[in-house]
Amino acid sequence: MIEAKNVNFYYGDFHALKNINMKMERNTVTAFIGPSGCGKSTFLRLFNRMNDLIEGTRLTGECLIDGQNIYDKSVSVVELRKQVGMVFQKPNPFPKSIFENVAYGLRVNGMKNKKEIEEIVERSLRQAALWDEVKDKLKKSAFDLSGGQQQRLCIARALAVSPTVLLMDEPASALDPISTSKIEDLIYALKKEYTIVIVTHNMQQASRVSDNTGFFMLGELVEFSETKKMFLNPDKEQTQNYITGRFG
Amino acid sequence: MEQSKENEFSLQLKASGYRLRTRMTQQVAFWTIRLLGFVVVGILVWIQGFIIVNGAGVLSWDFLTQAPTEGMTSGGIFPAIVGTLCLVVGSMVFAFPLGVMAGIYMNEYTKDHWTVRLIRVVTNNLSGIPSIVFGLFGMALFVNTLGFGDSIIAGSLTLGLLVLPIVIRTTEEALKAVPDSYRSGSVALGASKLQTIFRVILPSAFPNIITGLILAIGRVSGETAPILFTAVAYFLPKLPTSIFDQVMALPYHLYVIATSGTDIEASRPIAYGTALVLIIIVLAMNLLASFIRKRVSRKQR
Amino acid sequence: MNTDKQLKFRNTARRGAKWLERGVEGLFTASGWVSIVIVLLITIFLFKEGFGLFQSPTVEKGYVLCVHPSNPVERLNASQIKHIFDYETTSWSEVGGADLEIRPFRFEEIFDYYAEEEFGPDYEFLPDKLAEVVAGDEGILAFLPEQYLPADRSGIKIVEAGNITVTDFFGGREWLPTSTPAPQFGALPLILGTLWVSFFAILIALPLGMGVAIYMSELAGERMRKVLKPAIELLAGIPSVVYGFFGLVVIVPLVQRAFDLPVGETAFAGCLILAIMALPTIITVAEDAMRNTPLAMREASLSLGATQWQTIYRVVIPYASSGISAAIVLGIGRAVGETMAVLMVTGNAAVMPTSLFEPIRTIPATIAAELGEAPAGGAHYQSLFLLGCILFLITLVISVSAELISKKQRQAV
Repeated sequence: MIEAKNVNFYYGDFHALKNINMKMERNTVTAFIGPSGCGKSTFLRLFNRMNDLIEGTRLTGECLIDGQNIYDKSVSVVELRKQVGMVFQKPNPFPKSIFENVAYGLRVNGMKNKKEIEEIVERSLRQAALWDEVKDKLKKSAFDLSGGQQQRLCIARALAVSPTVLLMDEPASALDPISTSKIEDLIYALKKEYTIVIVTHNMQQASRVSDNTGFFMLGELVEFSETKKMFLNPDKEQTQNYITGRFG
Repeated sequence: MEQSKENEFSLQLKASGYRLRTRMTQQVAFWTIRLLGFVVVGILVWIQGFIIVNGAGVLSWDFLTQAPTEGMTSGGIFPAIVGTLCLVVGSMVFAFPLGVMAGIYMNEYTKDHWTVRLIRVVTNNLSGIPSIVFGLFGMALFVNTLGFGDSIIAGSLTLGLLVLPIVIRTTEEALKAVPDSYRSGSVALGASKLQTIFRVILPSAFPNIITGLILAIGRVSGETAPILFTAVAYFLPKLPTSIFDQVMALPYHLYVIATSGTDIEASRPIAYGTALVLIIIVLAMNLLASFIRKRVSRKQR
Repeated sequence: MNTDKQLKFRNTARRGAKWLERGVEGLFTASGWVSIVIVLLITIFLFKEGFGLFQSPTVEKGYVLCVHPSNPVERLNASQIKHIFDYETTSWSEVGGADLEIRPFRFEEIFDYYAEEEFGPDYEFLPDKLAEVVAGDEGILAFLPEQYLPADRSGIKIVEAGNITVTDFFGGREWLPTSTPAPQFGALPLILGTLWVSFFAILIALPLGMGVAIYMSELAGERMRKVLKPAIELLAGIPSVVYGFFGLVVIVPLVQRAFDLPVGETAFAGCLILAIMALPTIITVAEDAMRNTPLAMREASLSLGATQWQTIYRVVIPYASSGISAAIVLGIGRAVGETMAVLMVTGNAAVMPTSLFEPIRTIPATIAAELGEAPAGGAHYQSLFLLGCILFLITLVISVSAELISKKQRQAV
C-alpha cells in the first residue's frame, strides 16, 4: 500500500506539489492525469526517490510504502529503487544487447548464477509480451528494436528485478497507436502481480487501464477517486472542465 | 487485504548483505577517485608553486629590462622578452586575419558543405601535428627555400601556421553562437551578405573571436620547437632592428640556460625567473580570455 | 534626363560594390582553404627532403671505399662498413670475402706512412702514394676522397656501397648520423623510443586522467567544477619548456634518488613529465564524453537498484567508451609529438629501449637536438626530415583514428 501524507515539494523556490494526501491500494492501477507541468510526474518520481538526483529540491510530509517512510534515514535508496520499478516516458534501453538489458538489474543486484539469470530474463520478457518477438535475437543490440518493442523491453527490464510497485511515467506517449494498445494490455495483465502507478496525458488511456484516477492541477491534487466515477461524474468543476475540454 | 497478509508482504527497505557490500565498494571507488583528483590538483600546485617560489625572488624591474651579462649567468632577460614580443606580434599579424577569414568562410559561406567538412577535418589534423614538425617545415620553406634565414619573419610565419587552427576554430565557434535571426534580420533590411557579416555578425561575435586571439598568443609565447631553427639565437648583444634579424626568445632562453649555459648552476636563478615570466604570461592570457568570455555571456543574457 | 543620369550613377556604384564584394568573398574562400594548402605544403616539403635520403650514398659524399684488387668482395652495406671501421668486424670472411684480416684505413693515416715532402709541393703525388698503400696490403679497406684517386685504377678496386636503403633506415638499430666513413641512420631505436615513452606515459596518465574525468563529470558539484576546469586548462597551457625545466630540476633528481640510479635522465622521467602533459587532453575529452551520457540512461540504471558507482562503471563508462578511446589516442598524440620536455629529461641516448630506467631518445628530441648541426641538403639533414615524416604520419593516423572513433560515438547516440 502506498500513501502520501501532507506532501509538499519544492524545486528551489518553486512550490511544485502542494499538500498532497493520497492512498493507493495493492494490486490496483492508479492513473495521474492533468495538464503538463501540473506536478504529476514529480509526484510519481517521489516514490522511488528519483527526485533526489535533482539538486536544490526539498520535500516535506511523508511518503509511505507498506507503512514505512521511504525518506527515512534507515531506508536504503538503492533497495527502495529495486522494489519500486520505473518505466520512463521515452524508451531508454542501454546500449547493450537485449539479453543484457534485462539482465542488468539482476547483475547489479548481485545475481551471478547464469542459469537463474537466463530463466528470469525469459520470464520477464514473456511477462512483457516481448519474448516471441525477440527470442531469436537476444544477442542483438536493443537499439535494433522498434520504439514500442524498446518500451516493452524497458518494462521487462523493470520486471526482472521483481519489484512490488511499478511506476510508469507516460509510458506510451512516444509510441504509435498499435504499440500503445499493446502496452495497455500489458498493464492490465500486470495488475495481478504488481501495484501500478501510471502518469498519462491521455485520458482515454487512463479510463481504459486504471482503477483509480488522480487529477492534478498547478501542483494540487484536485480530485482523487474511482476512475469510473471520475470520468462519468466528477465532484469538482475543474475536473469536469478538463475532461470535457479535452474531449470536446 | 487482511492485516496479517499485508505484513507478510511488507517491503524490506533496509540495506543488508550484498547491498552493504556494493555500498562499501562505492565508498572505496569514490574516495579513490577523489584522491586522484587531489593528486592532479596537487601536481598543478606543485609545478606552479615550485616555479613561483623559486622565481619570485629573481623577478625585478632590472631583471625584466636588462640584457644578460657574464655569459648569461646574471643580468636580465630583456632581449628575450623583446624577441618573444616580436614573434607574438608577427605571428598574430599573419595568423589572426587569415584564421578569422577562414572561419567566416566556413561558417557563413559554405556551411555544412562537404568542402567545409573536409577543411574541418584537415584543420583538426593540422592542430594535431607536433610543433617540431612545424619547425622542420618552417626551416625548409621560410629559412631555406624562401631565403629568409633565421629571422623574426620566418619564426613568426612558422608560429602563425601552428596557431592557425586555434584561431579558425574559435572564430567558427564564435560565429556559430550568433543567432540566425541576426542574419535574416539584416538581410531582410536589404543589406548584402558582406554588409551583414561586417556590420552585424562580426561585431556581435567579436569578443569571442578575441578569446581565440588571446589563447593563440598564450600558445605562441611558450613554443620552443618551431622557432628553434627558424628564428632564435643563443645570445645576441643587440636588439633586432628589422624583421630579417634573429632574436632571442623566452622559451628558448629558458631551454638554453637550463641545459647548456656556460655555467648551469650560476644561471639557475635566471632560469627560474624566465620560467616564472613564461607562466605569468600564460596565466594572464588564460585569465583574460575567461574574463572576456564571462563578460560576453553575461551581456548576452 | 536628370533622373536617367541619377539612375546610371546608382548603377555604377552598385557595380563597384559588387566587385568589392566579390573580391572580399574570394579572399574568404582562399583563406578557407589555407589549412588544406598548409597541410599539403608540409607534406610536400617533408617528404621531398626526407625521401632524398634514399638517394644519398651510404658513404660520405665525395668519398669511396677501396680494396686490394684481389679481394673478391664487391659490396658492403652501411652497418658492415661501420663495424669494420670500429674494429668489430675483423675478418673479410665475415662479409663474404677470404679468411683474411681486415685492415681499415682512413685517408688521414697516409700521413703516417709517408713524410710530408714526399707528396710533392701541391700534393700531386698523393694519389700514387694512396694507390701504393692499397696495392701493398691485401686486407686493406681504404676510405679515400674521390679527388685523390689515382688516374690508373688497375692497382685498386672500388667497393660498391650503394645508397642508403629503406631497410637501413627502418630496420637499422644504430643511429650515428655523424660517424665516418658510413653514418648510421637506423631509426628503429628512435621510433621505438618514442612509442615506448609515450606508451608508459599514457599508462601512468590514464588512471589519473580517468579518475579526474569521472570526478568532474559524476561527483563534483558545480562549484568544484568551476575550480577544476580552469586549473586543468592552465595545466594544458604551461609551455613545454617549463615542464622540461621542472622535470630537469625536480623529477630527474627525484627519479635518480628514488631508484638509486647512476643518472636520473631516464625514460621514466620522460614518462612522468609526458603523463602530466597528456593529462589535460585525456581529462577534457573523457569528461566531455561521460557528460554526454544521457540522463535517461543514468535514471534507468538507478531505477533498477544500481548504486551510483555501478551506474558509472556499467553504464556511463561503456556509453562513453569511444570518447574515452579518443581521449587515450589524443593523449598518445600529445606524448608522441612532445619535443622540448622530452629532450630535457630523457638523457637522449639513441639506443634500443630495454628498460625504463635508462636514457632514451625520441624522434622529436632527435630532430630538435640535431637539426642545428646538420648541414642543409646533406644525408643527416634529410634523415631528420624523414623522421619528421614518420612523426607526421603517426600523428595523422592518430588524428584520423580519433576522428573515426568519436564519429562512431556520435552515430551510436
